[in-house]
Amino acid sequence: MATQKKSNIHILDGNQAAAIAAKLSRVQVIAAYPITPQTPLTEQLSQYVEAGELQAEYVAVESEHSAMAVCTSASLVGARAFTATSSHGLAYMHEMLHWAAGARLPIVLACVNRAIGAPWNVLNDQQDSIAQRDTGWIQIYCRNNQEIMDSVIQAFRIAEIVHVPVMVCYDGYILSHTEMPVDIPDQAAVDRYLPAYQPHTVLDPSNPKNYNLVTLANPRVGVDGKLCHGYMELRYLLQEALQNSRETILQAGREFNEVFGRDYSDMFWEDREDAEITIVAMGSLAMEAIVAADMLREEGIRVGVLGLRVFRPFPKSDVVRALRKSKLIVVFDKNISYGSEGATCSEIKSALYGTYINASIRNFIVGLGGRDIKARELVDATKKAIASLKETVINPDYPEWICQI
Amino acid sequence: MKTNAVNLIEQEWILPGNRTCPGCALSLAYRHTLKALEGQCIVTVPASCATVLHGMYPITAVNVPCVNTPFASTGASATGLVAGLKALGRKGITVLAFAGDGGTHDIGIQSLSGAAERQYDFIYMCYDNEGYMNTGNQRSGSTPLGAVSGTTPVLGKQQYQKDMTAIMEAHGLPYVATCSASYPLDLYEKVKKARTIEGTRFIHVHTPCPPGWLFPFSDTIRMGEMAVETGLVVLYEIEDDIFRLTSASESLARKGGTLQPVREYFISQGRFKTITEEQIDELQNWVNTRWKHCLHRATNL
Repeated sequence: MATQKKSNIHILDGNQAAAIAAKLSRVQVIAAYPITPQTPLTEQLSQYVEAGELQAEYVAVESEHSAMAVCTSASLVGARAFTATSSHGLAYMHEMLHWAAGARLPIVLACVNRAIGAPWNVLNDQQDSIAQRDTGWIQIYCRNNQEIMDSVIQAFRIAEIVHVPVMVCYDGYILSHTEMPVDIPDQAAVDRYLPAYQPHTVLDPSNPKNYNLVTLANPRVGVDGKLCHGYMELRYLLQEALQNSRETILQAGREFNEVFGRDYSDMFWEDREDAEITIVAMGSLAMEAIVAADMLREEGIRVGVLGLRVFRPFPKSDVVRALRKSKLIVVFDKNISYGSEGATCSEIKSALYGTYINASIRNFIVGLGGRDIKARELVDATKKAIASLKETVINPDYPEWICQI
Repeated sequence: MKTNAVNLIEQEWILPGNRTCPGCALSLAYRHTLKALEGQCIVTVPASCATVLHGMYPITAVNVPCVNTPFASTGASATGLVAGLKALGRKGITVLAFAGDGGTHDIGIQSLSGAAERQYDFIYMCYDNEGYMNTGNQRSGSTPLGAVSGTTPVLGKQQYQKDMTAIMEAHGLPYVATCSASYPLDLYEKVKKARTIEGTRFIHVHTPCPPGWLFPFSDTIRMGEMAVETGLVVLYEIEDDIFRLTSASESLARKGGTLQPVREYFISQGRFKTITEEQIDELQNWVNTRWKHCLHRATNL
């Protein structure tokens, strides 16, 4: 693929980056409902459509549930569909998220991560998208605004190959409302990278098909005598699609690099030679963790940083490879599975089980509801985790919270 | 030329043999709707008896493209179909939303109201069997006063039906109509007319339900007729604010406007077994007032 040589750097906030990326992806139907902190993104998209800069239908729906219903039906007649939301909006969409994935529709959703009430809070954490973990969507988390831009474009490519919807998640305010330099890809290069959407099924009276019929538990014979899948087989195929999507995600990242000169994998691995300690974080916190790692190095403590990018499908084997030398893994989560621990910590533990890696794992819950989390606090928590090894190497049952209780 | 049983289009889009109950009025209404659209449509159907009619994968009884959509989302799904077709420049296809009264009056009212306010170009048909019949007859916003249901088991419903057609009229729609499955040619004409109009069109269809309303399977047509003859259901259409009585309601009005007493309708259905004399009187007064209003409003008498 031809490379885009010239850079085109603008100062953009995360919402602007996502809007430009949707436009560059030539989305055909956009349905969105305003919610803080996603609102500027949806305003920007309506601006593009009304000004004629983007040939798309912008549907100002009356709820997020309807936003996703518009996207699923638009996708079924063959349109490339996009939506964006946050927090309660994503929760309100929950039923339709299952529907989109179950119907295998390649919709892309930008989730501007925000805390969920009660009580009300409009600031950032990742509880909203983590709570949608099991809806069958691919989830990609961004560390900065360039990654938002690039991931939205890649998301359409991935979704349309594997027929699974993709959620591109980025931290509210920390990214959505913070400006930073972003290289805007060239439209012609994006067009080469992301060809027009070729739907596998299109609703058309000349070839009538009935989508999402009641499907029994067991396979059932059709009128032509052919045995067709039961509900469970269809569920297996969705799981298989997510399992197999890893290669598509990696390839989408490699080919993106070939065209645009920025490399993407399913995670970001800041390797530090001989580091026996690894910090794990997801989203913008993974950038903060790099700063923390540098600070620790100045104090003579070597740590590596594993930034999780793809949370679903969880890149188990790649994570294991990255953590192979670790004796201590410090996982920071901006979410909590109440009664258990942070969601990414559970994933790390699950990935390591049965491997030769027998690391101690310390989980810290941080930054909920916009609580500021500085690199210094990550440093202190890491040191605390190191000190705790003197008492026991056994993993505690529950995470530690960095808050004032 | 007016359509009659002889010149009605012969082609069928509902194939013989579907999963609706014997005497189901919904299948009759749906059959004539698809005839009026000549199959040139994409249908969206929420969880409902229509889902049952559509069949079980991989076999469907319906020969038009259809998407089954979650309960609350019918209006939004229709919007998405319209938006997608428009974005792709696909023309000449009518989008039809086909939902029950629970999916329209109750859980679906938000997405329907939103779509109607946005004036998206589709026909929304509510087939009203006056309860959650697909789940075994529970009370809905359209269950009539005095009717016993799974969730009004002892006393019967204590509230009036929600007048969904009036609510939709208040959205300023280009076309609003009421029909009855017992008058399929009237329904056919209305859908045919709606097909030619742009914007959100709302059609309400009264569909008697033998197992839910507790009357014999053979009496479906008669129940629908009685509802019209008593004035409990009035057949009308409102096109650009012009109100016209149609079919049997128009004939009734032309013959002096005398309605049959509502009592006969209530005593023919098991669901009204606990209805009180006071409730019957209340309903008779309600019917009389509304009928007077309709006669006053009609421009075609």
